Amino acid sequence: MKSLRKYLNKIKPHFEKGGKFEKLESTFEAFESFMFVPDTVTKKGTHIRDANDMKRTMAIVVLAVVPTVLFGMWNVGFHHFIATGQEGTILQQFWLGFLRVFPIIVVSYVVGLGIEFAFAEYRGHEVNEGFLVSGILIPLVLPVDTPLWMVAVATAFAVVIGKEVFGGTGMNILNPALTARAFLFFAYPSYMSGNAVWTHGMINGEGIIDTYSGATPLAEAAAGNIDKLPEISDMFFGTILGSIGETSTLAILIGAAILLITGIGSARIMISTFVGGLAMGLLLNAFAVNPFMEIPAWQHLLLGGFAFGAVFMATDPVSAAQTRKGKIIYGFLIGFLAILIRVINPAYPEGVMLAILLMNVFAPLIDHYVIEGNIKKRLKRAKVKA
Amino acid sequence: MSAEKEPLFSSKNIKLLTEPMNDSNPITVQVLGICSALAVTVKIKPAFVLAIAVVIVMAVSNVVISLLRKTVPPRIRIIVQLVVIAAMVILVDQVLKAFLFDVSKQLSVFVGLIITNCIIMGRLEAFALSNKPWPAFLDGIGNASGYGVILIIVAFFRELLGSGTVWGFQVIPESVYNFGYENNGLMILPPMALIVVGAIIWIQRAKNKKLVESN
Repeated sequence: MKSLRKYLNKIKPHFEKGGKFEKLESTFEAFESFMFVPDTVTKKGTHIRDANDMKRTMAIVVLAVVPTVLFGMWNVGFHHFIATGQEGTILQQFWLGFLRVFPIIVVSYVVGLGIEFAFAEYRGHEVNEGFLVSGILIPLVLPVDTPLWMVAVATAFAVVIGKEVFGGTGMNILNPALTARAFLFFAYPSYMSGNAVWTHGMINGEGIIDTYSGATPLAEAAAGNIDKLPEISDMFFGTILGSIGETSTLAILIGAAILLITGIGSARIMISTFVGGLAMGLLLNAFAVNPFMEIPAWQHLLLGGFAFGAVFMATDPVSAAQTRKGKIIYGFLIGFLAILIRVINPAYPEGVMLAILLMNVFAPLIDHYVIEGNIKKRLKRAKVKA
Repeated sequence: MSAEKEPLFSSKNIKLLTEPMNDSNPITVQVLGICSALAVTVKIKPAFVLAIAVVIVMAVSNVVISLLRKTVPPRIRIIVQLVVIAAMVILVDQVLKAFLFDVSKQLSVFVGLIITNCIIMGRLEAFALSNKPWPAFLDGIGNASGYGVILIIVAFFRELLGSGTVWGFQVIPESVYNFGYENNGLMILPPMALIVVGAIIWIQRAKNKKLVESN
């Protein structure tokens, strides 16, 4: 490590102003601060110092996502073996899934970071670590057989239109990972929905046995086949079909625990999202007119991308509401709308993505009224005393 | 009467033509006429026809209003402007129906809606009412072309990426599709037109720094 530090110190002057490679200053800075804690200190203004900088925050989120990534890889292989009628060990299943999922992760990171570095160089600011999280979240919300070039296009769209247009990390109004998914969902619907996209190999029909349907539990429920819903334990542990990372509620809860213990994810948002979903579920149960509406409210929380969205997407600190009260309203409405869209709107089998994006847009408005309300309350108090 | 006669294409008059192309573009700078820019830009052909229609309507009504500018009482000027525009739009609509029926059907109500296009009313109010016919004519052509150019650029990208065609001709070869390429369905939906217009505004302001508001 020491020799690396020495080497970096030696080449540093070349990248500073007036040096040989001054155009690559942001790139150098990014790699330096990636490996060592930066020694620069904020000198102006009042501020609280915390050992937890953005790099570490992002690293913890990536760590929290790891269980879902590993489980997702195994689940891909597991379902491929079922669909083709083969037997396989856990390791074989994992390896197959790894071969499918890993390229998607690589493409997402290479394209996204490439654009981030280019913008940082062009604008002359530091490369932000924000994409480290988006880059792993994008593959997790996609079906396993999404063509790699589509992943690349969607990532580029999300980084440029979802983030850089507004000024980069910290300025975006929409969650970049969900922007990428929404882009694919509307641009290439045949690769993002239906029964064939969730199992590896099924979209090309190679070697799939005839009795295999490939429908996700949500699709079965939407079609009214409640009896075909998997066991509750399967839904909890995640051996069901769905996007790569969304199936296992258990793995997601492990991630949620990591986020909550380290204080990085907002408990208010997570809990109020689940409460909102539950409330809408109960409401639908009360007025149920079809089998889909009769599904017990708590089961909705295990199905589809609800848990994943609540834990990893809704809690994105940039696009969520910032005030305490605002976070509760924001989370509650996400859960509430997600289940409403899921059950009532036949065009969208899953509503979590749209609900979160919609509330992302409303988050500043919620904050505005929470702050206004607080100001009014305090003014009133001041007048009474005077 | 002024002693000297201004040449027809004085630099001031040329500016009337060129300014709306960049510095005061009706769509990207003044942000007018957005609704039709979103609605008719799925394919280039209808966008082009609408652009031509707007150029004709705008140039002629600018000249007519400019000629009438001293006789119209200010109180009823809006009504007079509307009558002139509406007459022109009906003429254009009839011509389209007679000679370009297919395109006219694709454009449907958007030809009629030229009447409500804020760019036209805006230029009549802001320019034609206080200027001579010739500059008013140039101003009409300039602004309508500035609008049309953006329409065609947006339509080009939406048609190319959304349908793989340009002016109805297949330009993305079959072999690319066999390789796994797909048309982008989002390009056909109106929100993408807004994003393309936004991207054009972004590029324009990156090149033309004086358009960037300071705050």
